Amino acid sequence: MKQHSSPRTPFAAGFFDITPILIGVFPFGLIAGIAAIEAGLDSVQAYAASPIVFAGAAQLAMMDLLGRDATPIVIVATVLVINSRMAMYSAALAPSFRGLGPIRKAYGAFVITDQSFAVSIVRFDRVAESLPDRFAYFMGASMGLWGTWQISTILGVVVGTGVPDEWSLDFAIPLVFMALLFPAIKDRGSTIAAITAAIAAVAFVSLPLNLGLLAASGIGITAGAIWGRT
Amino acid sequence: MTTHSSTLIWVLMGVAGLGTWLIRLSFIALLGRVATIPDLVMRILGLIPAAVLAAIVAPSLTHAAGTFDLGTERFMAGAIAAVVAWRTKNVLATIGSGMGVLWLLQALS
Repeated sequence: MKQHSSPRTPFAAGFFDITPILIGVFPFGLIAGIAAIEAGLDSVQAYAASPIVFAGAAQLAMMDLLGRDATPIVIVATVLVINSRMAMYSAALAPSFRGLGPIRKAYGAFVITDQSFAVSIVRFDRVAESLPDRFAYFMGASMGLWGTWQISTILGVVVGTGVPDEWSLDFAIPLVFMALLFPAIKDRGSTIAAITAAIAAVAFVSLPLNLGLLAASGIGITAGAIWGRT
Repeated sequence: MTTHSSTLIWVLMGVAGLGTWLIRLSFIALLGRVATIPDLVMRILGLIPAAVLAAIVAPSLTHAAGTFDLGTERFMAGAIAAVVAWRTKNVLATIGSGMGVLWLLQALS
């Protein structure tokens, strides 16, 4: 992945490598901003969600559940379940970040995303760099994504306040989830998990407290883990 | 629209944000004290996105009108968008095709 010609700082290289991915993040952030307004949050809260929660699918699911008045514990549990995959990223990045100071660890961890993790782990595999350079590369990629997420959700909040209901823009929310779903189906296990969870979720629609989502996800994950072995 | 109080929404965002940060920090902070994650845990973590996303999407299409109904405009638009999402894996194309079909069906009805 070492870039030729003009020498780049590691931060710039990270930023540069994540740029193609940002094009797909932008519409997603736009919808997350719109979803916050659709859910009935005031604009200050809608703006604050991205810097505070800073998650993609989980933030969108949170808005969706808030709009349906789901129970607080279910809302928080759903966010944490969706984001628990990031424990994997944390584990995979940990050896590369060994020796960082606690402050850098703290803010570095805060900006881990699917995308910045993916480009960083590829880079760390291929290029032998010093610890500060590795961290700078990761921060370059992460800041590119962070900035894009903030700007696109702000635009979404602005747009969301002005769009008439007849445009059915709330339908963009399941569409975004769908666009994220298919890349997540990678093998037998994830296929079984997705199909089982989808059927269970439809069957559980009338479970109280919007528990259907968590229950169906649990069943799907269990099915995938049991029958997904290759 | 939510009827939760403004204060509760702030608290929920704070707890969700803090919890998410702790998940992200987990192994980076613990390294040296925890050896490795067991295979089964890794496998389960890897299955979460597919399961959760499918569980969110499915009812929003099958129950678009509140009850189970596969004849709604949203179900049809969603089915077409699913094919686009599967073939292209592109966020913009998925939103574009789904919204486009929905608007077309709404205009025709």
